[in-house]
Amino acid sequence: MESTILAEMPITKTNKKLNVIQNSIEHIDSPVLKIDDLSVSYGGDKYSIRNVSAGIARNKITAIMGPSGCGKSTLLRAVNRMHELYPNTHNKGAVYLGDENIYKLNPIQLRRKIGMVFQRPNPFPTMSIYDNVIAGFNLNGIKLKRSEKDEIVERSLREVGLWDEVKDSLHNRGTFLSGGQQQRLCIARALAYTPEIILLDEPTSALDPIATAKIEDLLVKLKKDFTIVLVTHNMSQAARISDYSMFMYLGELVEYGKTKQMFTMPKDKRTEEYLTGKIG
Amino acid sequence: MNISTEISDRNIKRRLLKDKIFTYGMISFAFLSSIPLFLILYELILKGYKQININFLFEVAPDTMDAMIAVSNHEIIPGGIANGIVGTLIIVGLASIIAIPLGIICGTYLSENAEDKFADIVRFIVDMLQGVPSIVLGVIGYIWIVKPITSGFSALAGSVALSIMMLPSIVRSTEETLKMIPGTLKEAAISLGVPYHRVMLKVVIPTGISGILTGVMLGISRIAGETAPLMLTALGSTAIQTNITQPTSAIPLLVWEFYNDPNLVSMIWSASLLLLILILCLNLGAKAIAKKWKVQY
Repeated sequence: MESTILAEMPITKTNKKLNVIQNSIEHIDSPVLKIDDLSVSYGGDKYSIRNVSAGIARNKITAIMGPSGCGKSTLLRAVNRMHELYPNTHNKGAVYLGDENIYKLNPIQLRRKIGMVFQRPNPFPTMSIYDNVIAGFNLNGIKLKRSEKDEIVERSLREVGLWDEVKDSLHNRGTFLSGGQQQRLCIARALAYTPEIILLDEPTSALDPIATAKIEDLLVKLKKDFTIVLVTHNMSQAARISDYSMFMYLGELVEYGKTKQMFTMPKDKRTEEYLTGKIG
Repeated sequence: MNISTEISDRNIKRRLLKDKIFTYGMISFAFLSSIPLFLILYELILKGYKQININFLFEVAPDTMDAMIAVSNHEIIPGGIANGIVGTLIIVGLASIIAIPLGIICGTYLSENAEDKFADIVRFIVDMLQGVPSIVLGVIGYIWIVKPITSGFSALAGSVALSIMMLPSIVRSTEETLKMIPGTLKEAAISLGVPYHRVMLKVVIPTGISGILTGVMLGISRIAGETAPLMLTALGSTAIQTNITQPTSAIPLLVWEFYNDPNLVSMIWSASLLLLILILCLNLGAKAIAKKWKVQY
């Protein structure tokens, strides 16, 4: 295993030059988010992602695919600086949200503009469904009028299609919901702030197929108001719902383009190998 | 039936018998170790119930002359342990006020920075603190508070000594509880742009509150019956004392005083009984809290 990776390395390097010529990285006009030559390390000289450059298209779903350990979660977390929770992280390059480099922003402000949903549903166990939705306001000490709160809660829960299911039990604990409902509650919690971008880190990997289908439908519906970036190791999920796909391999962004194009005519040999199950 | 199945039958019977003996052995030893508590309760109730009435809770300890007269007339001793009850409440309450915030914050630090060198040192010190003899803490209370601050024995000095004593249990229970809380919860709050201190105070600690409070209750029940440090700090008082800079009584101190006064000996049992009931209630309370406030995540 080790030796195959090592054997792959020089090929990777030469291919990278080729990539530029082949233009396997799609150019996005007026992106909402621009990742510029970003490298992230969890300590030392070993970079988990290297020299990633890509624009994220507004009001589209962008899927990040790749085998385990390829850096897809790291890339996602670097966008709202969640990777900084680990000690000793450092990064090179920049990520622009509009005109601002996010690494120059205060992470707290940044995270209010870029919401995140995690692999396992994680509603706050001490809070009711209602309080979970407005947790972003309550926990930040933002005072809202009762009517404003009610409105935000209803709007967010309607957006994730949970309102009709929970409107009579809003003041019960969120942890009593099913896994799929909990995950939609977590999406509602991220939406309540009306962020520009929502990042989802394998949001359906802990859910059953029916709950997964509901979340996927929801994401497709949500993209008219939000930009969605989704990490998934499920290729068919990426094919089903995403507009653009990134393929990452060994910390490198190998290919980025329209999903249809990538799944039918991948430009890079490694993408093709991944899609046909030869690597990953 | 052939020979070999007969042998294996016998074998199995023997094994089942062994299993049975072992199981009943465990049950009887478990029973044995719970006997002392019942013996203590039996003894205290038998000898102490006569003294316990309303006055016992609301009157101060009798002086030795009154007690002697009552004993010689075969009456129950007048008076009660109100000075001890009030003193214990004040001293333990004050110790809790000092130790609970300190312990919870320290425990939070230890669970959040488990890998730090400094955390290792703190953890080691807290463990050592657990083993410091209580009389030594009394000496510390005497040197730190009695001499320089209150210039005399005081409830405050007792509280400081006891707060040091309850600190380790709060720190370690907080640390252990918070370690169990999944990191995804913290991530969820951080991803909402919540500042770190609010994440800890409003999400992580409330989620672990049942475990933390259990540790607090056990810490309180541990110090409520402590006598040795109080002898060197609070000293005792014959009247109800609410000024924390003055010598103050406590239930365990009264037990010790009753023991030293031949006329008051029969008060020992009832005072001990009350103290034991108080501590049992704290323990039951801890269990109830652990169950009721348990957060499912």
